[in-house]
Amino acid sequence: MFSYLLRRLILVLPVAFGVSVICFLLVQIAPGDPLTAIMPVDATAEEQAAMRAAYGLDKPLPLQYVIWVGNLAQGDMGRSIATGRPVAAEVFGAVQNSLLLAVSAAVIAFPIGIFLGFLAGYFRDSALDKAVTAVSIAGVSVPNYWLGIVLVIIFSVNLGWLPSMGAGPGGSRDWSWNWEHMRHLVLPAVTLAVVPIGIVSRTVRALSGDILSMDFVQALYAKGMTRFDVLIHVGRNAASTALSVMGLQLGYLLGGSILIETVFNWPGSGFLLSNAIFQRDLPLLQGTILVLALFFVAMNLIVDVAQAAIDPRVKRS
Amino acid sequence: MLMLSAGLVSAQGALAQGTLRIGMTAADIPLTTGQTDQGGEGMRFMGYTVYDSLVEWDLTSADKPSTLIPGLATEWAVDAEDKTKWIFRIREGVTFHDGSDFTAESVVWNLDKLLDDSSEQYDPRQAAQGKSRIPAVASYRAIDPLTLEITTKTPDATLPYQLAWILMSSKANWEAHDKDWEQVAMEPSGTGPWKLEEFVPRERAEMVPFAEYWDETRVPKLDKLVLIPLPEPNARAAALLSGQVDWIEAPAPDTIPAMTANGFVISSNAYPHNWTWHLSRLEGSPWNDIRVRKAANLAIDREGMGALLGGLMVPAKGFLPPGSQWFGKPSFDVRYDPEEAKRLLAEAGYGPDKPLKVKALISPSGSGQMLPLPMNEYIQQNLAEVGIDVEFMVVEWNQMINLWRAGAADPAVEGSQSINFTYFIQDPFTGLIRHLSCDLIAPNGTNWGHYCDPEMEDLFSQIRNTFDPAEQDEVMRRTHEKFVDDALFLMVTHDVAPRAMSPRVKGFVQAQNWYQNFSSITME
Repeated sequence: MFSYLLRRLILVLPVAFGVSVICFLLVQIAPGDPLTAIMPVDATAEEQAAMRAAYGLDKPLPLQYVIWVGNLAQGDMGRSIATGRPVAAEVFGAVQNSLLLAVSAAVIAFPIGIFLGFLAGYFRDSALDKAVTAVSIAGVSVPNYWLGIVLVIIFSVNLGWLPSMGAGPGGSRDWSWNWEHMRHLVLPAVTLAVVPIGIVSRTVRALSGDILSMDFVQALYAKGMTRFDVLIHVGRNAASTALSVMGLQLGYLLGGSILIETVFNWPGSGFLLSNAIFQRDLPLLQGTILVLALFFVAMNLIVDVAQAAIDPRVKRS
Repeated sequence: MLMLSAGLVSAQGALAQGTLRIGMTAADIPLTTGQTDQGGEGMRFMGYTVYDSLVEWDLTSADKPSTLIPGLATEWAVDAEDKTKWIFRIREGVTFHDGSDFTAESVVWNLDKLLDDSSEQYDPRQAAQGKSRIPAVASYRAIDPLTLEITTKTPDATLPYQLAWILMSSKANWEAHDKDWEQVAMEPSGTGPWKLEEFVPRERAEMVPFAEYWDETRVPKLDKLVLIPLPEPNARAAALLSGQVDWIEAPAPDTIPAMTANGFVISSNAYPHNWTWHLSRLEGSPWNDIRVRKAANLAIDREGMGALLGGLMVPAKGFLPPGSQWFGKPSFDVRYDPEEAKRLLAEAGYGPDKPLKVKALISPSGSGQMLPLPMNEYIQQNLAEVGIDVEFMVVEWNQMINLWRAGAADPAVEGSQSINFTYFIQDPFTGLIRHLSCDLIAPNGTNWGHYCDPEMEDLFSQIRNTFDPAEQDEVMRRTHEKFVDDALFLMVTHDVAPRAMSPRVKGFVQAQNWYQNFSSITME
């Protein structure tokens, strides 16, 4: 197990390097001037040139990359062009908010998805299976930003039960949230949970249905095992793949919620990313993408290791 | 969807008395250190609340265009012998929020902050916002604590307008924060009627009244003013309808009927804003023919476009809004007359068999751009009806700004002869001069279309050299008459700065200005 872990950790390094190069280059390809957002629209050519030099944007691209990576190695992600604030503080503050949202959505989505998927798989081709299938297909098909707007209209505008925007009283959030913060979390977390409910339930349905039809399950019954004990075996066999899907979903929840965070004005990494794109704030854009990409890499690593721990076949392969 | 459902809106939410919560269109709190970013909205909410300038705008009337009034300077005058020298009398007894005194030295320190990159307090971020606003300033000095002298590069009577951009922050506060503008940003200090009490980047800013404000009539009545960045229009509307904010900027037109039906108030007024097509005057441009320019202006059904925008516009009668003090009496009547447009086009050699083809740069969004895609498609249809075929080049807003700076001759505009750009037209320079002055032809300035006309140059020179405000207004009127009579732009409409607010908001007077006064507001 240790050698497997070491091998996987070593593999992360070239991936991280590739991610950093892509992050750096991707944001350079887009048209437009990154300093547009902070220069007056009628800035003269001299003022623009001076500004570009002040931010190091007049240097050749490879040199800019070397400087950027060198600073990263020292924990310096630079300063936002639009706000002047340190990128690291901006990104990690936003990622913390997104992580809270993603974990909350996962806490809602994964148990529901597993439960529904297992029910559908166990009662395959029954009316219950068809109902769960319909729910899960709806879950992955409905645009979640649209669902978010509908939930706001019902629960915020019409009923007045829950806030429609923001993450609650600002500047005081941490992991020990109070009731007011929880109220702000409900609608975006529920909205965000809908897609993974559909995906997880479809995955678990397929896995459990397939495993239940395998010969070894019949053998277990033949040996006199109870239905509950058999289901535990089925669950263990399905866990590896299901874990992989859920790990990736958690990554998507963290990085892929730009629209949801925009609809709910949630101060997370998706919202930060959209602002950085809109303002062409290169340091902020690079920092946010890098942190989110590295989070994906880390999630993949954790999932792989967890899979290997659960299922020795993964380690051997 | 919000419109359909808002019929069921229920009043809810426990609100603190005397607190006004505003949903801005900005994605972040504007720069708090003095000179703000985020354009007119930044100056509106973080500029003229926390800070003052030497010269300010009279924001007390909704019925007439705003004019300049004394701010931190009580009076000013140009030297009768040397028209480059100005004397400003500094208001006595003004203090910053931190208790330090405001003097002529404070002005010198603040101008160095923007213009002297060797000074200790030079702040590139504020300089980027302020430097280009005061192009006339050559040097400055404090003669005594209450007397300031400013010298301009050449005689320039627009200096007071330029100085209305420049906000004064506290040297003592900057020193108290280790001379670090990033630290100052969290606890800024101006002389304005509001003090910034709490600031969470990207989330909220809370302001409280400055009880010792120098103008007793403008000491705020509210307990607190809260700014919340809400860039997404649906999120803004939902926040207002659900009682999380009391006021939103720029409500989407399709949400307005629902808001008014449920008792929310829509406040709007004419203000110095212009939605135009800026026309290329390069050799070979079809817009060089005045008959074509007039025909295009006569082809636009502006009343019809008003319906598209829920009535939230003022149809253009010229480059400036019809109520502007500088409108004058142009002889060309900007109206909807497609038959006359066809006649002029035929005279210019175009007709059904030989339609005129033009290319226009447009953006899908942008500050002040209103609803650019449907509005431009509307124009495209109007122009097609008289024989002008429009091809669009659609680019993202920030890229559009770059192409605007580059000018009509730049290869990047790919031969476009028009650019749909909205303009801040509140003062002589930004309103008129910068668009058509020969020495500001792009990329050296913002004369996108490369227009250069000796008669217009003479008018611009007169504006700069007429130091009597009433006489300067007269020159401005003559200048605007030429803008219209020569149909120098495709003049379409003016925004009306709509904002939606709770009926609990009382006492707001929407000035005909990009900036507003929040001191008179109370919450019922």
